[in-house]
Amino acid sequence: MNRHLLSIDDLEVADIHRIFATAAEMHDVQKREVKKLPALRGRTVINLFFEDSTRTRSSFEIAGKWLSADVINLSAKGSSASKGESLRDTALTVTAMGIDGLVVRHSASGAAEQISRWVDVPVINAGDGTHEHPTQALLDGYALTRKLGTLEGKHVAIVGDVTHSRVFRSNVKSLVKLGASVTVVAPPTLMPSGVGDWSKAAGFATSYDLDAVLPDVDAVMMLRVQRERMSGGFFPTAREYTVGYGLTRNRLDLLKPGTPILHPGPMNRGLEISPDAADAADSLVLDQVSSGVAVRMSVLYHLLAGEPESMGGESA
Amino acid sequence: MPTHAQSPAEGRVVLDAGDISRALVRISHEILERNKGAEDLLLLGLHTRGVPLARRLADNIAKVEGTTPPTGSLDVTMYRDDLRSHPTRAPHRTELPAGGIDGKTVVLVDDVLYSGRTIRAALDALSDLGRPAVVRLAVLVDRGHRELPIRADHVGKNLPTARSERVSLRLSEIDGEDEVTIR
Repeated sequence: MNRHLLSIDDLEVADIHRIFATAAEMHDVQKREVKKLPALRGRTVINLFFEDSTRTRSSFEIAGKWLSADVINLSAKGSSASKGESLRDTALTVTAMGIDGLVVRHSASGAAEQISRWVDVPVINAGDGTHEHPTQALLDGYALTRKLGTLEGKHVAIVGDVTHSRVFRSNVKSLVKLGASVTVVAPPTLMPSGVGDWSKAAGFATSYDLDAVLPDVDAVMMLRVQRERMSGGFFPTAREYTVGYGLTRNRLDLLKPGTPILHPGPMNRGLEISPDAADAADSLVLDQVSSGVAVRMSVLYHLLAGEPESMGGESA
Repeated sequence: MPTHAQSPAEGRVVLDAGDISRALVRISHEILERNKGAEDLLLLGLHTRGVPLARRLADNIAKVEGTTPPTGSLDVTMYRDDLRSHPTRAPHRTELPAGGIDGKTVVLVDDVLYSGRTIRAALDALSDLGRPAVVRLAVLVDRGHRELPIRADHVGKNLPTARSERVSLRLSEIDGEDEVTIR
């Protein structure tokens, strides 16, 4: 395994399976009375968030704390970044305090990777612009694997604002690595330009017709419609988006019985996902949240607990 | 499938299948004697080879008492004090019987007792899982060289060794045959 987790590209298939196996053990810890493991005792992790986030930040915070690490949250608001400090200076300053790991969220694509070149501690990308959100993809893959047994040969639809979605970019890589076939469904205006060549290279299919795709899939992953896109001319009205690409009550009937429904949250109920779908028995939304803590514990453990020089090998 | 011709190359056999079986029968009786029966008994195997050993002890106890004591498995990876000096590995499953460990007589079962550090980690792990009434330790082989004030309550065989020697246990559940070798 690489020293940093910046992109799903950093992980071999075996690494992903190792992260899932560890996450399964971490999941059991959530059921215990004493939700603490001593693996990261004495280590300090900083959540460096230049962009608003509630669930990802608190998920990393809980994950670190349950592994006995000290977790400190720094947000850009009210910090030196808002006073004009450069990204490099902020990263070097917090690292100079003697920390052992950085979790970075930033609105600029590539920010986490840039920081990883400056600092000498493992960096975990918690979302960078429209690029990647690897721990989200890992938790989605983990939750799906638990539900379906394996992703090998399964068909997953990813539906929504693909162009602006880092969740999509990470997920398509990890799902394909895990052996699933992926169909991306989006309105033409929200499909990335040049998606034809990309989909061929990355091994996924594209479609503009949600109703045609739904009957064939083993899982459906809805992406959030970001409010700022509403005024960007990508679709005429919210209503029109829902009619074409929302997971409505009627569309639930198109799915095979028991098809799991995922959404990374926060959900726009009534827009991309109807309450009937969000609260359906097959909805994995809350399972994704608890999986998120387990997977992030696993990632923190593998990146921070062991001997840095020999990280990644399997010990005898 | 390993053949017997390979065994000498892998070291000297100190316990064969019969020896292991007799030692486990004796330990089973010792556990019962010490506990005055099988009541509230819980056999907790330490990964990897302590887990099948705990099951064998439970089977032996069932033959004597008529009831099989509950067994479980304990992984201590996260509690090891040498976590930082090795590459990380995925932990094994920790599985406890439905009743948990509170108030139970927990017998930790491991294959080879050496530095005692694994047992130290196991005791820490136990205290996060509940509060047993008593914790005891059963090992198939005690090879000495303790680095902590820890001793076993039930020992299959005391095996004086040099630190440079390697003691390895093979069990039919995992390795296809029962054998303790030293090299």
